[in-house]
Amino acid sequence: MTEKLEKTTQKVPQIGTSQIDLLERLCNATAVSGDEHEVRQIVLEEIKPIADDIKVDALGNVLATKLGRGEVRVRVMLAAHMDEIGFMIVKKHDDGLFEFDRVGGIDERQLPGKSVLVGREHLPGVIGAKPIHMTTADERKNKIEVSAMRIDLGPEIGDKVKPGDRATFATRFEILGPSIRAKALDNRFGVATLIELCKHAPDNIDLLAAFTVQEEVGLRGARVAAYTFDPHMAIAIDSTPAYDLPHWDDEDENDRYNTRLDAGPAIYVMDSATIADRRLVNWLLETAQDAGIPYQLRQPGGGGTDAGAIHKTRTGIPSISVSVPARYAHSAASIARRDDWVNTLRLLYTALSRVTPELLAGERRD
Amino acid sequence: MKSLIQKLVETPGPSGFEYAIRDVIREAIADNADEVRVDALGSLIAKKGTKTENGMRVMISAHIDEIGLMITHIDVNGFVRFTNIGGVNPLTCYGGRVRFMNGTQGVIGMDAIERGKLPKLADLFIDVGATNKEDCPVKVGDVCGFDRPFLDMGKRMVAKSMDDRIAAAIAIEVLKRLEDTPHEVHFVFSTQEEVGLRGATTAAYGIDPDVGFAVDVTRSGDTPRFSPKMATALGDGPTIKVRDASFIADPRLVDWMIKSAQEAGIPYQLEVLEAGGTDGRAIQLTRSGVPAGCISIACRYIHSPSEMVDSDDVENAVKLMVKLLSEPIILV
Repeated sequence: MTEKLEKTTQKVPQIGTSQIDLLERLCNATAVSGDEHEVRQIVLEEIKPIADDIKVDALGNVLATKLGRGEVRVRVMLAAHMDEIGFMIVKKHDDGLFEFDRVGGIDERQLPGKSVLVGREHLPGVIGAKPIHMTTADERKNKIEVSAMRIDLGPEIGDKVKPGDRATFATRFEILGPSIRAKALDNRFGVATLIELCKHAPDNIDLLAAFTVQEEVGLRGARVAAYTFDPHMAIAIDSTPAYDLPHWDDEDENDRYNTRLDAGPAIYVMDSATIADRRLVNWLLETAQDAGIPYQLRQPGGGGTDAGAIHKTRTGIPSISVSVPARYAHSAASIARRDDWVNTLRLLYTALSRVTPELLAGERRD
Repeated sequence: MKSLIQKLVETPGPSGFEYAIRDVIREAIADNADEVRVDALGSLIAKKGTKTENGMRVMISAHIDEIGLMITHIDVNGFVRFTNIGGVNPLTCYGGRVRFMNGTQGVIGMDAIERGKLPKLADLFIDVGATNKEDCPVKVGDVCGFDRPFLDMGKRMVAKSMDDRIAAAIAIEVLKRLEDTPHEVHFVFSTQEEVGLRGATTAAYGIDPDVGFAVDVTRSGDTPRFSPKMATALGDGPTIKVRDASFIADPRLVDWMIKSAQEAGIPYQLEVLEAGGTDGRAIQLTRSGVPAGCISIACRYIHSPSEMVDSDDVENAVKLMVKLLSEPIILV
């Protein structure tokens, strides 16, 4: 390890009690796409004291700048989306029953019987399900359409709810030994990581932090944030599914896991929205190898992150994504490992500390 | 021109990995462009000419990427699972050969699937001759293209990547033959078209053109039982696009191109493509909007390892484009 890298490693921001507490607050807050208010307030509260410049743009993105020192500084945009998947109240019926729709990618088969929190007041309700006493064998084989489901808040509480209100799963954040169980780890992991990076910004770069909105409905916030920042390069910090469960057939190897828990930050090569700039892939791989940080390549394939919108902005922005793996993404509760988060923060901090203009000096190539 | 075409179609360059093909083109145009640059997404942009009083800033876009595959997993026995880069049809994969950017070659095999069913990409794997995971010469994230040599049938030509290297060949030839132009012409050899017109999007933003044209291949409706019907055929001339699924060509440009082709006695056909899209869309939607059109080459078996075009269509496309770029562009 070089002397410079050793110095960097010593300064790596740590994940302690206060960082875990912050992640808990972020996960328990509600920020369904288009109504990111609660998370935005926490973000502003955390970074206002330390940012050189901070603003909330027209779509609700928080754009914060931490300037570095030195004459030549690469302008690095880091994007973490604040929004989460959830529900929107569509129509009120009698008795405090509400029709609703999904916001973002949710598998409707997971919904019946789940507790939810509705509106900014977090009013408790439940997505009703027909009790097993009343269902027929045939009914139990079939999927229930969202249009047939209702959120039940009861008469008095229901009076406080109106069409357009958002709702989320009611799951509370818990630490389970080495693991974290929560809703919305996609992408409060990214938000919490970016807050730490703002608080410990390496001074060789200008750190342009974008806490973005409406990622789950089409990378909308990142698009305008990238236009505003017009950075030299960008990293989307996100959370991605881990489907590393034991395979059900011993003869058959699980070859579609996306990522695995305990294997470290997931570095992207390609998803549906972005083909990562190989200069940045190599930079992250070399950093991880030099600093002895565990890492994995996210399996190339579908999905997308804010990088998909950022890299196509203006004349093009070299971009990549790094995710914290989590099982059961876009469901009521995900399971992730604290160490994967720690190593994601380590990798990003260490890599950013090594950024020089030479990283982008040549052409995009392998 | 055929030796240039052969070189272009045989060079691998799946979307996002266009550095080798970019170098081939850079060398081919070195003596003919006034200025050459590469943008952040890897598009090669060659400028020629100066904008005169009757001139415009014109963008010509021919994409240099091709469809390909990327490794997602290598199993204990060294078999390679993959995902697609762009529109790969599983039907044309089995038994095919691929070449990775590091030179490794492989063949595509298939899991046992139900008789009469068509394979999905997840049912296919690449066999690179490895005996286990450890001696496998490629790794997750590596990229390959389909491996087929250029086939010269005389009038017809066949290759794995006529889409869209034939347009790159046309653009190079136009750049070479264009002597006197009132325009400032930017020849963009764009990247990542097959995954969503990405290279042309950023290139067009950077150039900020007054008008733009994509050059691409289009489907050819002259094969047996072709469906849905399409009024294009190999050998009937370059096509002037009216619309495809991604954009509607500027009707003023369509009229102007038709008139110009008729004046010069160059055969042409009108193209209405009900599926697919081109860089024309990316150009048209740039900044506050850009009049955009597209010239295509009718092509059989698109996105298979054997895409077929007609040599006369190629030559006529070059002639038409040289004529178009040699005169003022009339937008009425």
